[in-house]
Amino acid sequence: MNTQIGETILKVDNLEVSYGSIKALKGISFEVKQGEIVSLIGANGAGKTTTLRALSGIVDATGSIQLGGINLIGKKPFEIVKMGLAQSPEGRGVFPNLTVFENLEMGAYTRSDKAGIAADIEMCFGLFPRLKERANQLSGTMSGGEQQMLAISRALMAKPKVLLLDEPSLGLAPRIVSQIFEIVEKVNSQGVTVLLVEQNARMALKVAHRAYVIETGKVTMTGRGLDLLNDDQVRRSYLGV
Amino acid sequence: MQDFLQHLLNGISLGSIYALIALGYTMVYGILQLINFAHSDVYMVGAFAAYYVASLVGLQDSPGFSTLLVLLAASMVACSLLALAIERLAYRPLRKAPKLNILITAIGVSLFLQYFGQAVFGAEPKKFPAVLENKVLVSVAGVDVKTFDIAVLFITVVMMLVLNFIIFKTKLGKAMRAVSTNMKVASMMGVNTDRIIAFTFIVGSSLAGVGSVLVGMKYPSIDPLMGTLFGLKAFVAAVLGGIGSIPGAVLGGIIMGLSEEMVVAYLSSTYRDALAFGILIVILVFKPSGLLGKSQIEKV
Repeated sequence: MNTQIGETILKVDNLEVSYGSIKALKGISFEVKQGEIVSLIGANGAGKTTTLRALSGIVDATGSIQLGGINLIGKKPFEIVKMGLAQSPEGRGVFPNLTVFENLEMGAYTRSDKAGIAADIEMCFGLFPRLKERANQLSGTMSGGEQQMLAISRALMAKPKVLLLDEPSLGLAPRIVSQIFEIVEKVNSQGVTVLLVEQNARMALKVAHRAYVIETGKVTMTGRGLDLLNDDQVRRSYLGV
Repeated sequence: MQDFLQHLLNGISLGSIYALIALGYTMVYGILQLINFAHSDVYMVGAFAAYYVASLVGLQDSPGFSTLLVLLAASMVACSLLALAIERLAYRPLRKAPKLNILITAIGVSLFLQYFGQAVFGAEPKKFPAVLENKVLVSVAGVDVKTFDIAVLFITVVMMLVLNFIIFKTKLGKAMRAVSTNMKVASMMGVNTDRIIAFTFIVGSSLAGVGSVLVGMKYPSIDPLMGTLFGLKAFVAAVLGGIGSIPGAVLGGIIMGLSEEMVVAYLSSTYRDALAFGILIVILVFKPSGLLGKSQIEKV
């Protein structure tokens, strides 16, 4: 964590989302500063994934989402990617019928700088050598861990101002999980701002500069990652100690 | 034997036209999970567009290569514009509605085009302009290879190559494949999914336009209901190959054309149409995912 922390780049205020008559988010507020890793932790159904979906414009939301001072509410998903939010979705969502290489190219869909795209694909191959070995393989044939590596790389290919990661540890073996989190820290140390949503609270708090605890659609606690890791209430509720 | 080879050639020729139309069904299904029942009527409008453009520029009776090109262009443009309008006005507003709503809308659009065609073009059949002269080019082992067959095969193969290039070698094609597997994630990659869907309609309808000119060339009588049965058979071809699968549509089309030709040749032309629906029933009972289709696992 040697990155310089800068100004607030993403500021979410009073974000509300409803699915029909059910309110999934009841006014969530948080912010992410340039260069930070910020984690949102919470139980199943607390509203973490919904928050990321709202950020990416996949679900309709009210309130305010400011990215570098520009409001994203009401923008279409593809416009939001262009403005600088790219997401590695829950369940990875790689395109199984596309090769690893094509998946990475899809991540760079909004870009047209061919040389830059080629350089960034090499950068991803550097982060995850496994992907290079499998570049021409259909991504649907890879293991869950490899697909997660691909999903993160693919989101990086958009050169986002803030990288959104939804449950990167979901369904992966513990060894792979620590590998994924190491990469998240490495990516961050290269200057990428990360907003991480996780059920694996221990890992998420370990890597985070700051974190927010979400319960039933509301932020109930916030603080530095390590402070929350040592907080009694957090330990009882989310770390099983 | 000689007869058989002749029927084989005719069957492949007919089958490749089915394949062209089937591709439109399968591509739209692949991306929207919609059976676009209006597709067969877009094909019909394509034939009429070619007919009217021909009379406008005085090409009703001057068969030749340039006539072929003009008619193809007219039909492809007309089909693309019509499909774009249908997608924009009828299907896009229902993007978030249940699948059944949009399916019923497709049937509605189909009926609308059929009656619109009868009102505007007239219900009586019209004579399609002469596209090419149907000469015997070569005779191999007693089989006459005629201009029409060669033209149909050549144009179909060119269209397949172009389609293959678009889908596998271009950024748009990559986006089409991505949208067809996961529209939500594709939009998270910055893909304007509405635009990709519109493009898919353009490609599928252009192929239908090509098909309509080829059919008009082979069977030069067109009427506003010409799409119904032909489109239905092309749809069966798409289901036979595995709906959503592009190679499946081609394979299904060829099988459809061949078996129709063989039934007419060796059984009776009475069974021509029964065959298509027989195939549909058999495939739905024994292999609903089609020959090359993948069975979908329903996720909950």
